[in-house]
Amino acid sequence: MLNPKLKLNPKIFNDDVEQAHIRKGFGQGLLLAGEKNENVVGLCADLTESTGMNLFADKFPERFVQMGVAEQNLVTVASGMAAMGKIPFCSSYAMFSPGRSWEQIRTTINYNDRKVVVVGSHSGISVGPDGGTHQALEDIALMRVVPNMDVLSPCDSIEAKKATLALVESPKPAYLRLVREKTPIITTEETPFKIGKAEIYWMPDVGLAQVGIIVTGGLLHRAILAAKELEADGIKTKVMNLSSIKPLDIDAVLALAKECKAIVTVEEHQIAGGMGSAVAEMLSANYPTAIEFVGVRDLFGQSGTPDELIEHYGMGKNSIKEAVKKVLKRKA
Amino acid sequence: MAFLSEEKIKELAVKANDIRMSIIEMLVEAKSGHTAGPLGMADIFTLFYFHILRHDPKNPSWEERDRVVLSNGHICPVFYATMAHAGYFPVSELKTLRKFGTRLQGHPHREYLPYVENSSGPLGSGLSQAVGMALADRMNKKDNNRFIYCFISDGELDEGNSWEAIMLAGKLKLRNLIVIVDRNNIQIEGVTEEIMPLEPLQSKWRSFNWHVIEVSGHDFGSLNEVVEEAQAIYEKPTVIIAHTIPGKGVSFMERNYKWHGKPPSKEEGEMALKELKNLRF
Repeated sequence: MLNPKLKLNPKIFNDDVEQAHIRKGFGQGLLLAGEKNENVVGLCADLTESTGMNLFADKFPERFVQMGVAEQNLVTVASGMAAMGKIPFCSSYAMFSPGRSWEQIRTTINYNDRKVVVVGSHSGISVGPDGGTHQALEDIALMRVVPNMDVLSPCDSIEAKKATLALVESPKPAYLRLVREKTPIITTEETPFKIGKAEIYWMPDVGLAQVGIIVTGGLLHRAILAAKELEADGIKTKVMNLSSIKPLDIDAVLALAKECKAIVTVEEHQIAGGMGSAVAEMLSANYPTAIEFVGVRDLFGQSGTPDELIEHYGMGKNSIKEAVKKVLKRKA
Repeated sequence: MAFLSEEKIKELAVKANDIRMSIIEMLVEAKSGHTAGPLGMADIFTLFYFHILRHDPKNPSWEERDRVVLSNGHICPVFYATMAHAGYFPVSELKTLRKFGTRLQGHPHREYLPYVENSSGPLGSGLSQAVGMALADRMNKKDNNRFIYCFISDGELDEGNSWEAIMLAGKLKLRNLIVIVDRNNIQIEGVTEEIMPLEPLQSKWRSFNWHVIEVSGHDFGSLNEVVEEAQAIYEKPTVIIAHTIPGKGVSFMERNYKWHGKPPSKEEGEMALKELKNLRF
């Protein structure tokens, strides 16, 4: 059942569940943040509307900087503005920033300790028809290995809005990962969100779960659907929304591993270096647990519809169910 | 900023020479680091820290201070030596350069040495940070109160990031941004015009809508005048292309690119110090 404490969207299992763009949630959050705090500024590399920053840019043109197609300048100018007390959000497609701007982010934002939020939209395979050049499948890895960098990957539009507002208050630099396509609305305005806190969204009606499914980003809805079908097959699972990849909610992940003794991680990212790797690093040191990784297996993407690609690269509902069954068999 | 009297110019020349000697001493002790660039920039740093800048070494975080962004962090020996001589920290600390636990990292790090505005080293990103600072000051209506000075090298103009920043500053007409290019014509592997030609450098900057001035990097009077000119330019950012002699002051180092990235040995250091001590002003 859905965790009743979290006030999740009751229509989540309906065929006509409302869908919205995660990137638009960011845009709404940034607009609200701009209204609350005059130091918030927006910088964008010629993708203002595609990254959802247009709401802010239209309302606060004097606090918006059109950078042109120049991602290295995007993040370094943001660092300079942060040095003078601004709170910069700089957006592009994830493939270009942090993809192209990685060293500049590391040196001038993280090493230099300037609080900037790097916003990477169009992450993952669900970018779709634009093809492999535009599908960022490595950005979580790029950002989480850098010291002094938080990494957030919200599951829906509402959570993206909350994450954006939370990042204005946070003292640290951060990477905010967004996806292109509309995704089902899972949370509500009342659902709690805190940087560094993971929540269990789906749980057995009674008793302990046999497998813990940890998800980040837009695949959460598929994972919850998989969990519901598995329950009908007699397999009890818990589904965790790990939107805060760094800092990792160690207590929550450990508790899930201790309860289930089998974990499946799900993300629209290379298996190497992604959220699943972060979970595996922590568990192998503290509580070695069997893990199956749902993600992209060392491949580049290609053109197609988001659904076709998610299925083809093994991240769909059935792939998640298979991974659960596989890890169940491996359980000691 | 004020008129430079002959007396003051002489004072600055003596100070710059002291700073050059400190640079040699610290590099000999560190046994690694860059020599030619720091010696070449000693006059400019001296002029800024002892005449031009609005700053307070006893209160380094004074909010109204001018900002200095060093982009080519590898010339930090001149940065550190000038700051020490200006009173930011003891001159004796210069001997800790590049050693474990030092505040004087091989390339400047703000976390360890809070008197620097930015950590730097990887080339081509300092100017962008200075552009961000100048833009933030304009948004905060402080662009009439102070200047953002950015020191960059000629070699780092090979970097695309540099030109992204130059393009944006021209677009934004950042009058409070003044860039000083250390035009010493060398980079690690040779002379700039062979590795990657930069000329015609003046017209490149001008075509990006900057006010461009060329000047000798060793003439205090002219340097002071062009900074005044830059401050007076209202509708554009200004770049001062300062022609410097790499290794300036030490005859066997001058204009030799092989001194870009290596320190003097103990013997070479003694020879260099002897030369510098015997200079008359």
